[in-house]
Amino acid sequence: MESWKQQKSVFAAIASAPLFWLVLFFIVPMGVVWLYSFGRNAGLTEIDISGTFANYGRALEPLYLGIFFKSVTLAAVVTLICLIIGFPVAMAITFAADKWKPWLLLAIMLPFWTNLLIRTYALMVMLRTEGLTNSALGGVWESASWLKTLVGLQPLSPWEPMQLLYTNFAVILGLVYVHLPFMVLPLYAALDRLDKSLIEASLDLGAGHLRTILKIIVPLAGAGIVSGIIITFVPALGAYLTPDLLGGTDSQMIANVIERQFKRANDWPFGAALSFLLMYATFVLIALQALRQRQEDRRR
Amino acid sequence: MNHKLTEILNNRRGLLKGLGAAAIGITFSGALAGCGGKSEGSGEKIASTGEEAKLNFYNWDTYIGETTLDDFKDASGVGVNMSLFSNNDELFAKLRAGNPGFDVIVPSNDFVERMAKANMLEPLDHTLLPNFKNAGSSFQDVAYDPGRKFSMPYTWLVLGIGYRRSKVKGVPDSWKYILDSDQYKGRIALLSEAGDVFRLGAKYKGVSVNAVTPELVKEIEAMLTKQKANVKAFHEDNGQDLLLSREVDLVLEYNGDIAQIMEEDEDIGFVIPKEGSLLNSDNLCIPKGAPRPKNAHAFINYLLEAEVGKKISETIKYPTPNEAARNLMPEAYKKNAVIFPPTEIMQKCEYAAYNEAMQPIYEEAFTRLRAA
Repeated sequence: MESWKQQKSVFAAIASAPLFWLVLFFIVPMGVVWLYSFGRNAGLTEIDISGTFANYGRALEPLYLGIFFKSVTLAAVVTLICLIIGFPVAMAITFAADKWKPWLLLAIMLPFWTNLLIRTYALMVMLRTEGLTNSALGGVWESASWLKTLVGLQPLSPWEPMQLLYTNFAVILGLVYVHLPFMVLPLYAALDRLDKSLIEASLDLGAGHLRTILKIIVPLAGAGIVSGIIITFVPALGAYLTPDLLGGTDSQMIANVIERQFKRANDWPFGAALSFLLMYATFVLIALQALRQRQEDRRR
Repeated sequence: MNHKLTEILNNRRGLLKGLGAAAIGITFSGALAGCGGKSEGSGEKIASTGEEAKLNFYNWDTYIGETTLDDFKDASGVGVNMSLFSNNDELFAKLRAGNPGFDVIVPSNDFVERMAKANMLEPLDHTLLPNFKNAGSSFQDVAYDPGRKFSMPYTWLVLGIGYRRSKVKGVPDSWKYILDSDQYKGRIALLSEAGDVFRLGAKYKGVSVNAVTPELVKEIEAMLTKQKANVKAFHEDNGQDLLLSREVDLVLEYNGDIAQIMEEDEDIGFVIPKEGSLLNSDNLCIPKGAPRPKNAHAFINYLLEAEVGKKISETIKYPTPNEAARNLMPEAYKKNAVIFPPTEIMQKCEYAAYNEAMQPIYEEAFTRLRAA
């Protein structure tokens, strides 16, 4: 294939439209918000960009660092759970019969076609104190109690509904539910490209299934795992709707704080500083990934 | 996109009850999101005011009578194009960088003050608003807009405690039950609105909502941090749903929201605590740079008409400041102690003035409280 360097004008013609789009709708607005982060409120509607670092100073206070830390922890737990659930799912799709693959992939992607808000509300219906989960569990409990009386034992104590909604558990469940496709799809893409004869060779040479997975599949699917982790972790870190709707009194994440700065608190400069701290963290993650990729390429 | 949707769900005036309603809310807002466009059918006709026969109205969701806009078109020939916002912050953010073409907006009292201060409102011409005489005496002149220079009263509301009668002993007639007591541990939901929560904490401590000092905020924060263990959730103004679905038994909510669910469930009660509470009022205003100010005046005057006001109240069930309209309403509405609480208690309620210095202090204290 010809290198783009030999066809500069063609390349420029093709690239100019998306480039224009990127600059106008991404770089410019982001640049404005970035400038705000060095400003301060001068009156109700004006922001004076004075080059101050006060917003970043405030954002690095223990209060906000603590919230950052909590958000990172939550997002990490969510990513880990997604990986643990997503890996077997991706493996199953990879090794499924060809005629089933599109249907299985569709099943993974189908929730994407439903709005996040609707899905979150559906979860709320499931998790309520008088919701479906609790009434199902209550039913099981009651039948167990009835069975015990049948054999002449004392019945169980009456069913106490569990508090599921408005907890950190609900936030993690909601985030895993929403982000699972982000993990499964890159994993599937990586596993599907994998040369299956390597697996057969490993099994033929006496390695067990688990050992084959750990020594052959995981290293070969490494790039897919890393990109799965990144594209799950980054949006989970910035989640704000899920903690708002499913979270309890202490489930606030950094994005909720940022939202309040732009709205109720009307402190755009501080909100901008907080969002850019989040952005810097994301950039670092992506840079690390690029670095790792380059090292890997060099090794080959 | 999701951002917009939460706002619809968080809408304090929203009547969204579960999934079906959420779906309607989405399509509805989608259809109306692109404002400033054409008003159907009116074309380039000229209204009796001498302006183009259309009007852009920026309103809360479910906050107008079913036929009001059509009736106005029949009466005046002006087609109204209504777009929706879901909270004052959204309204403010939209107009912050200049008016995108709205003629009439509906900000709450503190935002009337804030927008007037930021020079975002057009002074009203009272000679074009003869129906203002229909407003009740307490709405003729208000502290947040002296002389009613910028705003006309549309509705008002008051915060109180909605509760499930069968689960609560007696009447929870003090803020103590939700702000400073473990009697109803795990069965309380508070409104996720920093300013309101702290102002009511001040009210509980016997301080005016407009006399809160940073020291008092600290004291209230300590009280609430202790109380947090007893609170199940900070709700996004969907407290009535939490109460109705038995998720909690006591909830900090507006009277209109609770009045709506009391029609569905007789076990629900509402009380304004004896310490007094926070009043809110929504107002009709003309934003600076409105393209059709004469139509806007005509529309506001029309909404203040007794018969029109009655039809609006029939739909939205919020207390009306329009005395003449209220007199036309059935007894069940007029005598409803939730919609119109007794005078003794109303006298202890206050409007919160917009305070530029305190707002960030409330917000940070609230962030700390939630992180604690």
